[in-house]
Amino acid sequence: MTKRPIRFYQVGSFAVGNRLLSDAERTVQSDPQRSNSIDSGHRACQGCGEALGARYALDAAMRAANNQLVAVNATGCLEVFSTPYPETSWRIPWLHSLFGNAPAVATGVAAALRVKGRSDVRVVSQGGDGSTVDIGFGSLSGMFERNDDVLYICYDNEGYMNTGVQRSAATPPAARTATTDVVGPQPGNTFGQGKDLPRIAMAHDIPYVATATVADLHDLEAKVERAMSFRGARYLHVLVPCPLGWGSASNETIHIARLAKECGLFPVFEAEYGTVTAVSKIRRPVPVEEYLKLQKRFAHLFGKNPHPEMVTHLQEIANRNIERYGLLDADESPAARHAEVES
Amino acid sequence: MLTQIEGSRAIAETVALCRPEVVCAYPISPQTHIIEAVGVMVKEGRLAPCEFINVESEFAAMSVALGASAAGARAYTATASQGLLFMMEAVYNAAGLGLPVVMTLANRAIGAPINIWNDHSDAMAVRDSGWIQLFAETNQEAADLHVQAFRLAEELSVPVMVCMDGFILTHAVEGVDLLDQATVDAFLPPYDPRQVLDPANPVSIGAMVGPEAFQEVRYLAHLRQLDALHRIPAIAEEFFGATGRRSGGLVHSYRTEDADTIVVAMGSVLGTIKDAVDIRRDAGERIGVVGITSFRPFPAQAVRAALAGASQVVVLEKAFSIGHGGVLATDISMALQGSGCVVREVVAGLGGRPITRLSLEKLFYKAAQGELEELLFLDLEVDVVERERERMRLERRSGPSAENVLRDLGARSEGPGR
Repeated sequence: MTKRPIRFYQVGSFAVGNRLLSDAERTVQSDPQRSNSIDSGHRACQGCGEALGARYALDAAMRAANNQLVAVNATGCLEVFSTPYPETSWRIPWLHSLFGNAPAVATGVAAALRVKGRSDVRVVSQGGDGSTVDIGFGSLSGMFERNDDVLYICYDNEGYMNTGVQRSAATPPAARTATTDVVGPQPGNTFGQGKDLPRIAMAHDIPYVATATVADLHDLEAKVERAMSFRGARYLHVLVPCPLGWGSASNETIHIARLAKECGLFPVFEAEYGTVTAVSKIRRPVPVEEYLKLQKRFAHLFGKNPHPEMVTHLQEIANRNIERYGLLDADESPAARHAEVES
Repeated sequence: MLTQIEGSRAIAETVALCRPEVVCAYPISPQTHIIEAVGVMVKEGRLAPCEFINVESEFAAMSVALGASAAGARAYTATASQGLLFMMEAVYNAAGLGLPVVMTLANRAIGAPINIWNDHSDAMAVRDSGWIQLFAETNQEAADLHVQAFRLAEELSVPVMVCMDGFILTHAVEGVDLLDQATVDAFLPPYDPRQVLDPANPVSIGAMVGPEAFQEVRYLAHLRQLDALHRIPAIAEEFFGATGRRSGGLVHSYRTEDADTIVVAMGSVLGTIKDAVDIRRDAGERIGVVGITSFRPFPAQAVRAALAGASQVVVLEKAFSIGHGGVLATDISMALQGSGCVVREVVAGLGGRPITRLSLEKLFYKAAQGELEELLFLDLEVDVVERERERMRLERRSGPSAENVLRDLGARSEGPGR
């Protein structure tokens, strides 16, 4: 995917004012005619990354689909905060069935549309990390393997936030959740093997896999648009900070999402048919501490009884991502970078 | 056209005539032959436009079916036993969403111990799910019930499960009069959904409902099932008009006029029961049979009417609620409350145990003598059970009972004079 990088360093971020861009480069959200797939008035927490990510993703999908879109939703925060009857924030046809079956339900919807000759209507299936990497994992893999014409979007806030912040397979090591409390010799979540769903999705050789964060909404929209240009199974994994579950300030959501990418813990990339085609390079490298310290779920790593070895371990994970995806230019290898940071 | 055909094949051919639009399949014995045959027909293009989706689990099968149904397609799947349990959450969900999926349940026992043979434990496990459950007595009725099931499901926006005995019906080859396309088309109009995912008219389906309305929503589902009590016989009557065949309905009576004892059962065992009843009738006993076709909704009024006049009702069923007793028997007892009629429960045929005519004759003779206990397990090997109880009493680590019982039976069959 070729796109002209837009750099406005004066604001210290990629949050480019749309007025500085040509019409074609402006976000879907900047368009007063956008579809508002998720309308205002829903019950998401202040600073919710998922609400932000879903709004951008779905409006972009709507534009790409010529407003012919059906959304299937797994149980979770997005389902709960957007709906309780008789109210609904959804201005698109929307179906919630269960926690673990959103990909399969979307397969059914897509099949019905095909039978009805409505290939113009596109299907998006969505859920949080719990429904995606844990309970709906088999269903998602089945949908990938059959290459059903569904875009699945995972809004990853790294835990079961709707039920009160419990651990999921997407919860990072050392993080405090209600089921990985900061007690005992290994406080927080264990250091396991992890479950890297974007890479698992790629292993299915589906047409398109991408990751994104709510820190770069231009990028998120572009990836949705790219995803919608394919037929078949597509997977988009969006990192969406959760102020409630992460113990972060609600006005830090975008900042924290950016740090997750800049420290290397959350690699942002695109892949087509199982091969990485583009990576978002780290623009201003930061050590993982900078990302971790803004979140109370990692507070035990730094307090009176710090756990520097865990921070080191997390840095190693970030370094591995940086190596794997080539997130830094050659002269900014993790080793060189560390030396620079520490000097 | 009367055709010598395997039960599963007859179901596949009949489902094909119903013009399903999305069929999802996950294999489990004894349902496999049905979905295999439908799969071939779809692949050949005979059912176009129809999507046949090989899913990764029964949970996905029902999820795909309900998604397709919500998008306006006629959806069908089939399962059995463990498969039904694995899709359980979606089974309830399809009913709760009011999506008229039709599913064949090739009735099979539930493990452990794993057992692929027939009984009705699977159907009983989803008794309260909100699905209509129709039990077929023969392959002819099983085939006919599918056509009626689509009609009923779509009229009422309630999913329908056609229950047919695994292997006994699914794998039996016998004469079935298959319908023709024109007859089915005239009987079954295209699916016109009550709610549908449509970008031109966006609705939110499946959102949360709180305590202020949940009970009303559930009660509405109950009322739809009560509506079905009227629609099931009406549709069966219309089916008779279109085909000249009596299939479906709520209950079937056989030789119940003047009967003191009436045997109640569901499914294929009714054939054996009727044979045994004929023999007992010849011996002068006043005995008849009532077959329940509609288990859910439960036709209490029709059951009461069909059993009126009997002093004793023997409910023979291929499932039971462990720690309680018969499931169907409980419903029958409820229906007969205050009538003074004695209800006897007989559990039989679990995990494919043959229910022989001879055993039934003995049972009915005992019933005629007024000697039936309240709850009886037909042909239970009592001595084997007692020996296993003794082993468990003597030794803490006595091992798997299933293995011990089989070893015991084996030893006995090899023993002298057995």
